[in-house]
Amino acid sequence: MKRLILILMFLAAPLWAVQPDEVLDDPALEQRAREISTLLRCPVCQNESIDESNAIVAKELRLVLRERLVAGDTDAEVLDYMVARFGEFVLMRPNADGANLVLWLAAPTLLLLGLAIGWTTIRRRNVAAPAPLSDEEKAALDKIIGS
Amino acid sequence: MGALLSSLTSSRYMLRMLIEIGHFALILAFGVGLVQMVLPLVGAHKGWRAWMAVAEPAASLQVVLVGFSFAVLTWAFVVSDFSVELVYLNSHTDKPMLYKISGVWGNHEGSLLLWVLILTIFGACAAWFGDNLPQSLRARVLAVQAAVSVAFYAFILFTSNPFNRLEFAPLNGRDLNPLLQDPGLAFHPPFLYLGYVGLSMTFSFAVAALIEGRVDAAWGRWVRPWTLAAWMFLTVGIALGSWWAYYELGWGGFWFWDPVENASFMPWLISAALLHSAIVVEKRETLKSWTILLAILAFGFSLLGTFIVRSGVLTSVHAFANDPERGVFILLILGIFLGGSLVLFAVRASAMQAQGVFGTVSRESALILNNILLAVSCFVVFIGTIWPLVAELVFDRTLSVGPPFFDAAFTPFMVALAVIMPLGSLLAWKRGRLNKAKGLLGALAFLAVAVAALAFAIQSGRSALGPVGLALGIWVIGGAGLDLWLNSGRGSVLDRLGRISRLPRAHWGKAVAHAGMGITILGVSGILAWQVEDIRVANPGETYDVGSYQITLQEVRRDQGPNYQTTIADILVQRNGREIAVLTPEKRFYPVAQMPTTEAGIANGVLRDIYAVIGDPQAQGGHAVRVYIKPLANWIWGGSILMALGGLLSLTDRRLRVAAGAARPVPAE
Repeated sequence: MKRLILILMFLAAPLWAVQPDEVLDDPALEQRAREISTLLRCPVCQNESIDESNAIVAKELRLVLRERLVAGDTDAEVLDYMVARFGEFVLMRPNADGANLVLWLAAPTLLLLGLAIGWTTIRRRNVAAPAPLSDEEKAALDKIIGS
Repeated sequence: MGALLSSLTSSRYMLRMLIEIGHFALILAFGVGLVQMVLPLVGAHKGWRAWMAVAEPAASLQVVLVGFSFAVLTWAFVVSDFSVELVYLNSHTDKPMLYKISGVWGNHEGSLLLWVLILTIFGACAAWFGDNLPQSLRARVLAVQAAVSVAFYAFILFTSNPFNRLEFAPLNGRDLNPLLQDPGLAFHPPFLYLGYVGLSMTFSFAVAALIEGRVDAAWGRWVRPWTLAAWMFLTVGIALGSWWAYYELGWGGFWFWDPVENASFMPWLISAALLHSAIVVEKRETLKSWTILLAILAFGFSLLGTFIVRSGVLTSVHAFANDPERGVFILLILGIFLGGSLVLFAVRASAMQAQGVFGTVSRESALILNNILLAVSCFVVFIGTIWPLVAELVFDRTLSVGPPFFDAAFTPFMVALAVIMPLGSLLAWKRGRLNKAKGLLGALAFLAVAVAALAFAIQSGRSALGPVGLALGIWVIGGAGLDLWLNSGRGSVLDRLGRISRLPRAHWGKAVAHAGMGITILGVSGILAWQVEDIRVANPGETYDVGSYQITLQEVRRDQGPNYQTTIADILVQRNGREIAVLTPEKRFYPVAQMPTTEAGIANGVLRDIYAVIGDPQAQGGHAVRVYIKPLANWIWGGSILMALGGLLSLTDRRLRVAAGAARPVPAE
């Protein structure tokens, strides 16, 4: 019985992010593959890249990605290849086009706006510095403090 | 009547009815909350002292009732009363006691009950320790606080009742999600909730001040301890969650920019901004309306976080559509409180006249810049989190916003923040000059850049991220040290050190928290830039090199835990033939929940962690083994704990501890 449970346990165990048998022989190419795979979302997971995911689909995508790289695709071509098949959804970093410009430009715009408002606030609160104390005033002050 | 009483007092009968009594206590608390929401508010408006005085006993009563209700639910989990549906769904008799108890809040209904419990505790603290508040302000604060709790009572009672019974009690439960059966995650939600709910206090203070039409230095001083406490708890909660992800999820990631994580990060960023702007209100009576706005937004983001986590709307729009009741309810709460308070803000904010005057180069200006950077970085997180939803609903585009976006869009603001942090903390109020500090700051900047350049030369060819992070970390930590040193007056080194040790705790708190931030920066950049990864198939007895370490897979064995089966690998780590550690990564399987989990084997170190994970057995023999060297990993959480500790130091400062604000004249009505 215990053996049966153990066997079931291994059957139920998920595949594992980046298996040893997937790794390419060329370290430079493998490095590129790893970098690209962090940019691609696993289609069936919640917010996991194919680099991290245990899902079977993610493994297949990792293999396809490496095939494309070995075939000589550039990084951009690999990403385009994936988008053409799975849609924009697989890109972890959305392209800055069309409506997505709002996503990319909203924060910098807000920063400029904030800086402008902040600057006017600072200017408005900024009153000419009082002149430094004259020698007589200093002497008077010392007298007050000293006494 | 007598018969009913005697049967009620019969202890066995009482015990059997305990769940229902707990439920009833919650309904009573709802009623008390309604009273506390209305009477003190009317009383404060009309100047009726008796009506205002209702607030304190009502707040105490709420704690007693909700506390009882929560205790009953906990008891049901402890004794495994499977006639309660929630216990059946989330517990199991074989589960260790710690996780039976943490199972109380490891689910939707129970976590909401914990939420209102903390809410009422905070409310009661304001009632018990708020003697120095003007009576009308205290009445209003407690009324607003009660309004928040009433909304959540209604939410629990009408959509998420934890006390539902099953008609037939099953023999055993379905077990808590095994990923949640972990010490790090057992305490992660309570800390986060303490933070979220602590921000409800600042919200109540802000709304009460808007109704009152008065924000002054005393208000800033009253509101700061609550913000500080909430921010501390959020810091600890987020750090615990991140630490858990690091050792539990199996590849040593510590932050994933997941919607649920972002939900806790947004209030943290805003409350950090609020913390700093409240200082300006307290010391300089400026930035009043901005601080009020931040207080409203901070709690708004807490509610938004609750909405995101509880409705499931961001993981999938369809999850939301399947069970819209809860999501709509929270959205309603969010709309009412955020909308209502913002309208109030729009009407009243102009009445807040700023007092202080300050120069362009001053602490005030630096804090304004700090606030802009923190608020905008929070906005980056916000828009990245909701963008997939907006894109789908409005533009009909299904897309993802993942870590690469956040890394690119968020990091620049944190870099800017780290650059100005030491400068701002050294500037004086009103009109600052860095003359005195110029030499030391220049030396510090030179040191930071020199170390970074050295690191860049040594690492040859890796990204510049590591060296830049290193420079920033040194700059921020050194800046915190300078902040203490330059406030030690003149004289011999020994004299100055003596004076440093006697600086007010608030000053120490600031330096410690800032240094903590620097340490976290070092940790994050260290782990991201210099991590070494090794993935391979290893046979038992095989030795290989990873970085400067020799790794030996000694044995893979099987074992039985209390409620799981496990495969354990013994991995020997050596360096130059000397044993460093034996790591025991596990793969567990929880039969009741039908879920596998990985438990990483980690040798913690000050400068690096060695992190090992055991994978599946391979067809051709051997096991898949992953080993990582993670430089400075623990600095991430160490820095976070220092930040929280800084907050605690500041919170225990005499000025806040002893009758905050009492020394100032209480504004007359």
